Amino acid sequence: MSEVARNNAKGPAAGSHEDIEDEAIPAMQHLLDNPFILLFLGVVVPTVLYVIWGVMEIVGIPIAK
Amino acid sequence: MALNRMFRACPMTGLKVHEPTEALIKANAVAAVVSLAVGGVLALLITLTRWPAVHLLPPDWFYLLLTAHGLNMLIYWIIFFEVAILYFGSSLLLGCRLATPRVAWFAFWLMVLGALMNNYAVFRGDSSVMFTSYVPMPAHPTFYLGLILFAVGALIACFVFFGTLVIAKEERTYNGSVPLVTFGALTAAIIAVFTIASGAIILIPTFMWSIGLVDSVDSLMYRTIYWAFGHSAQQINVSAHVAVWYTVAAIIFGAKPMSEKVSRMAFLLYILFITIASAHHLLTDPGLTSNWKILNTSYAIYLAVLASMVHGLTVPGAIEVAQRKKGYTRGLFEWLRKAPWGNPVFSGMFMSLVGFGFLGGISGVILGTEQLNIIMHNTIYVPGHFHATVVIGTTLAFMAITYFVLPAIFRREVSFTKMAQWQPYIFGIGMTMLALFMMGAGTLGVPRRHWDISFSGNPMGYEFPGAAYLMMGLASIGGVLAVVGGAMYVLIVVHSVFLGKRIETPGFERVRMREGYAPAMQPSGVALQAHGSAAHHAWAAPGTFTLAVVFLASFILYYFVNWKYLATVWPLK
Amino acid sequence: MSAIQPPEERVWWKEPIAPIEITWILIAFVWCLFMFIMMPYWHIFGKQNLANEAYRSTPELFTAKAQAMVDKYKVREETEQAIPVVRPPAGSDVYLVARLWQWWPLLELEEGQTYRLHLMSLDWLHGFSLQPENINIQVHPGYEHILQVQPNRAGTYSIICNEYCGINHHTMAAKLYVVKK
Ligand code: HEM
Ligand SMILES: [Cu+2]
Ligand SMILES: [Cu+2]
Repeated sequence: MSEVARNNAKGPAAGSHEDIEDEAIPAMQHLLDNPFILLFLGVVVPTVLYVIWGVMEIVGIPIAK
Repeated sequence: MALNRMFRACPMTGLKVHEPTEALIKANAVAAVVSLAVGGVLALLITLTRWPAVHLLPPDWFYLLLTAHGLNMLIYWIIFFEVAILYFGSSLLLGCRLATPRVAWFAFWLMVLGALMNNYAVFRGDSSVMFTSYVPMPAHPTFYLGLILFAVGALIACFVFFGTLVIAKEERTYNGSVPLVTFGALTAAIIAVFTIASGAIILIPTFMWSIGLVDSVDSLMYRTIYWAFGHSAQQINVSAHVAVWYTVAAIIFGAKPMSEKVSRMAFLLYILFITIASAHHLLTDPGLTSNWKILNTSYAIYLAVLASMVHGLTVPGAIEVAQRKKGYTRGLFEWLRKAPWGNPVFSGMFMSLVGFGFLGGISGVILGTEQLNIIMHNTIYVPGHFHATVVIGTTLAFMAITYFVLPAIFRREVSFTKMAQWQPYIFGIGMTMLALFMMGAGTLGVPRRHWDISFSGNPMGYEFPGAAYLMMGLASIGGVLAVVGGAMYVLIVVHSVFLGKRIETPGFERVRMREGYAPAMQPSGVALQAHGSAAHHAWAAPGTFTLAVVFLASFILYYFVNWKYLATVWPLK
Repeated sequence: MSAIQPPEERVWWKEPIAPIEITWILIAFVWCLFMFIMMPYWHIFGKQNLANEAYRSTPELFTAKAQAMVDKYKVREETEQAIPVVRPPAGSDVYLVARLWQWWPLLELEEGQTYRLHLMSLDWLHGFSLQPENINIQVHPGYEHILQVQPNRAGTYSIICNEYCGINHHTMAAKLYVVKK
């Protein structure tokens, strides 16, 4: 392990961080911290706006006389 | 491990490297560079064919090699490299073991198999259908099957990435939120999932059609869903190269993002809206309404363009703040003049940023404007545009980060340092010429994917103005220069990897971790402070803001020039 | 912390945003909004728009319509292949067939008149590219796409194919004549 990593491991960090852990995390930050909600949104939005809407329009094209 | 010595001046981050990850990063990067080398040879041949005065290849070979160039560059080079970035952004940056390395290897070999199979189909000669493989022009079944296998492999790699995020969180290898660069990689992975799912939806039926299990595949349906795959794939690139920009700003300058919130929100806008701009490709297609076209092509009110404009400000802005902290405070631009222009990691990244913004970004928005597309669709303006995005933007960024990866991951010194200093410039300048002159020729109507714009011997042919020929020639001169730059890159990388001097760090120890037993890292509360902490005082980055205003002014100007041009063509309704 | 490390603050959402960023975001957003509005604006006030008129059709049906037009309005033939040149009346429906590797028939239109141009491919994808106007439209098999065009300058134009359509893609070209009344 390098100097840096070792320092990190031993650092006094842990304690000082626990102290502030009671401050609530804002909803938006929660959202941005959750990869799976983001994955869900990132798939659903284009699927609805682009794919489903687009396919519906194509299916709805009238037949030429 | 301690990071390579190239950047010793920069406070390093104490990355903990999981060996299987490292091996996977190497394998994917090598596959990427091999694809780039193949694609580069093909680039030379096709660019010499589109040089009117040279016109090298016969038509069948031109179309065949153009198909292979598109595939090897756009898909194999880029996506292998992106998989490496995903593993870097998750396992390495989070100091976490990679989820299921075996599965990741399986994904890798599947991708290799797919790429080989698809290339086999093309070089058989009966699948010169371009990388887009629009139905109903048929290709050999192995063409589609190869693409599908590759895509499945890439999808698995994405899930290895997600799995690693989960493990890192559970094993608390980091504290709080993931690093911004990891968030950028996450954005890329999310877009990749949508991309690959769309690819599957359309390529699987097309494969079945090619072996006779399905009667036909509708061409409009194909194009619509294909581009949810083909264009979104480019948005993976954007997210990935923006993540690379932030990485470079961090490792070269120790730059701190101006604000985590703003940069992450910009990535969120990518996640939500960037993929719908796949509609760029369908603006002159029948049957889709203008409502659908406008909402989708504009990324819903250009929110993803907004996001790119934000990254385009915050990356150089963070660099400026860090540089000013170091004392480069004179005038608006001392921070930029005194930047390490001789370091290819920086020069490549900065050209990527500027080129992507000024050339690729602006031309992309214009191409993607519903009505303006009419005067550009399928002209060589389009390849001009995307060589500015995916080559100057993505490829150059990936080349730049390679000069960091070689010492950091491969643990080899970069060979031919002098050549490495020049490489980004030669490649960047050549590509800029190629892109600009292709755009110019496209404005005069020169078609893309076209073997003979002189229509020799054809009484119905069109005579393009001399300027079009001139610009095609200049584009190809730029193309040859870019191929030289690309060859330098491949040479440097291959030589460094196999023959480069090994880097032995004093006190270096391998961090051996048996799978499942990775010791959780302590939360890294007071890890090293980066340079340039708070950027919150007013106008911390005036130089960057000035550049941004210049950018916006060029954007607006060029935007209206195009409307003006459109207004002169035949009225259409 | 830099971008490759976790954010320093556990709750970074509440950090203030640098003024330079907020200013730029606002300016950029206004520009984005403007560009967005420009498209509907042009639909109302601009002259170059694509209609949403399209029909699902078959090669037989479309060829029959084109043939009927040719039979009625043919004025001459050109080249050794005797490609018909058609001069349909102003305001009428005009059919242009795209097929490997030809645009058929040749059209002769009157300057300043409006026509309903029907485009369809009989086989693979093609690209209608009118030069030197530089009007480019994707042409699909199975979909009849209708555009109202108003040629506003007399002259000889070319229609080339700018969607790759196989080995002879680069030979697919035709003329379009716009004549004074
Ligand atoms: C090394 C220098 C390169 C040169 C000189 C070059 C040149 C060209 C040329 C002349 C074309 C043909 C344009 C046409 O006729 O329509 C082309 C197409 C293309 N290039 Fe490159 N290119 C280079 C690198 C790259 C890279 C790095 C990428 C991707 C990352 C790339 C992606 C593509 C794609 C996707 C096409 C379109 C193929 C198609 O139309 O199907 N190129 N390139
Ligand atoms: Cu054609
Ligand atoms: Cu064609």
